[in-house]
Amino acid sequence: MSKLTKQVVLETADLTKNYDKTTVVDRLNLRIEEGDIFGFLGPNGAGKTTTILMLLGLTEPTSGTAHIYGYNSTREPLKVKRITGYVPEKVGFYEDLTAGYNLAYTARLNGLSEDIVTERVKESLDTVGLSDKAEQQVGTFSRGMKQRLAIADILVKRPKVAILDEPTSGIDPEGIVQMLDMIADIAKERNMTIIMCSHQLYQVQRICNRVGILVNGRLVIEGLLDQLGREALGGGRVRIEVKLTEITSKLVDCVRRISGVVSVERSDDLLLITCLEDLRSKIAKAIIDANGLLVEMKIQSYALEDIYRRYFREA
Amino acid sequence: MKGLMTVFYKELADHFTSWRGIILFMTVLLVSVFATIGPQGAIAGLRAQLATPVQYGVGRFAFLYLFTASGQMPSFLWFICAFLVPIVGIVLGLDAINGEKNSGTLSRLLAQPIYRDAVINGKFLAGVVTIAIMLTTTILIVSAIGLAVLGIAPSSEEIARILLFWGVSILYGAFWLGLAMLFSVYFRSVATSALCAIGIWIFFFPWPTGGSLMSMAARLAANTLAPVSQTSTTAELVRNYGMQITASRFSPTLLFGEAITVLLSPGATTAGETLQLLTASGALWMPGAPSLSQTLLTIWPHLATIGGITALLFAISYIRFMREEIRAT
Repeated sequence: MSKLTKQVVLETADLTKNYDKTTVVDRLNLRIEEGDIFGFLGPNGAGKTTTILMLLGLTEPTSGTAHIYGYNSTREPLKVKRITGYVPEKVGFYEDLTAGYNLAYTARLNGLSEDIVTERVKESLDTVGLSDKAEQQVGTFSRGMKQRLAIADILVKRPKVAILDEPTSGIDPEGIVQMLDMIADIAKERNMTIIMCSHQLYQVQRICNRVGILVNGRLVIEGLLDQLGREALGGGRVRIEVKLTEITSKLVDCVRRISGVVSVERSDDLLLITCLEDLRSKIAKAIIDANGLLVEMKIQSYALEDIYRRYFREA
Repeated sequence: MKGLMTVFYKELADHFTSWRGIILFMTVLLVSVFATIGPQGAIAGLRAQLATPVQYGVGRFAFLYLFTASGQMPSFLWFICAFLVPIVGIVLGLDAINGEKNSGTLSRLLAQPIYRDAVINGKFLAGVVTIAIMLTTTILIVSAIGLAVLGIAPSSEEIARILLFWGVSILYGAFWLGLAMLFSVYFRSVATSALCAIGIWIFFFPWPTGGSLMSMAARLAANTLAPVSQTSTTAELVRNYGMQITASRFSPTLLFGEAITVLLSPGATTAGETLQLLTASGALWMPGAPSLSQTLLTIWPHLATIGGITALLFAISYIRFMREEIRAT
């Protein structure tokens, strides 16, 4: 994972959008690298969809810029759209036309020649497991099938980047899991960068390696999923919770003396230790050396959920 | 350009394979055939006319009479002007843009690497071509019936006039299509845009007995601006009448009606209100049948106006659609 050699796929600089006098997206700075599955989290109305529309050049930003693979989204929207697949939130198809025809139309709009069109349509339907439904009218499809068809619809143009706006909305729980895994598989197989909007954290946690949380148009936190929790809530510190049969002040002193421990708090039979790194083994040794009886010790992980909830409360 | 043709072919295929298109096509054909060979249709009317050969014009333009003759039933020409072309135009255009918005296909469409105007241009073009194909079929069928039943072949001038009638009707269809598309750009609900277009159609609708809501409104306007009474001078009467006609002519239906009447019944010079106007002003009174070039001169302003209104409607839809911001909902 040498970060420096990775290509920047998407970059925004102070991207801002005002409608009348309300700011929907506020100086957004995003940077997404090749191969990322970026989870764009935020409550409804946070400005996620507006951001996407600006990325695709469908809406003009009030100020700031967005680039996808170096193409300016506002000035070169056609080049951006050629390499970017977009699944809108309320994706729709021509219901009285067949699934195959719907996809072929997309392929033709991308300027593909007829023989390639047939090939791509077949390939895309295969990927999402709808190849036996090619001749069926989309009107007969279930919501889940339509969502899968929407994924196939962007695969037709073999995009480098895929932007999926709530790709799991309206699907049953089992379907959601299948859908997410399918997206992750496709991203891996085709080396596609994916931006997935969602307001459901667990979905993002399942497949994304990087997340950004947008609240009221502001990116409140952004980074790699496994680094995020600690940095955001603990200020880079680790909290360890130790349960003992009995707590003595001597024992507390022993723990406090360990280098790297910032503070120790007592509450009933619990010791709450804040330290600069994971010192569990040293703490355990100190307690045993001080003749303490250790019942349980756990590292408190700052789950993204805590952060998410916290910002949601603010919103 | 490529995007435009893709949208165009897809829309055209839709118009001819969807139930809407098929029903529309059947309606147009049935009405036309019925207006021609129905028990009170054109052929029955024509036979009656031919029995009294004094009628001027009928002799030289007997074939054209097929389109303009009316028995108990209004003529084919009236059906084209009042019913068929407006309905086809409105039905093809009424959900052009808002239909795509509502079904969620527009955002998917606009996410493809095509210029945005390819969508609206492609749809308009497909509508116009559909109208052209429907009119071609109808006119050919009516002509074929005429040939078979009456055994009269059209002269070259008659063919030229029919071709012109075909062209003018397409233009008129483009007007209704443009109107319906305009509403489909402005209103989110298909029902609203359809109602607006139908409302305007009813307002312009020419009654078989003559007149329309539009001409009533025009009369009202003229009587307010230039009131006349029993003691009015001729000048006042002419002024009042001139105003009525001018106001009525804001109706593309009236303009089209006048244009095709002049085209297809050259012997009768003009019809209805036009005739009264022309004789009133003394500008254009021709005892015999005018030549094709004279006819063209007469209807040229009509065509330019219908074309102009159509272009204006399309331009408004175009600009609005191009500038419309796609918003998160």
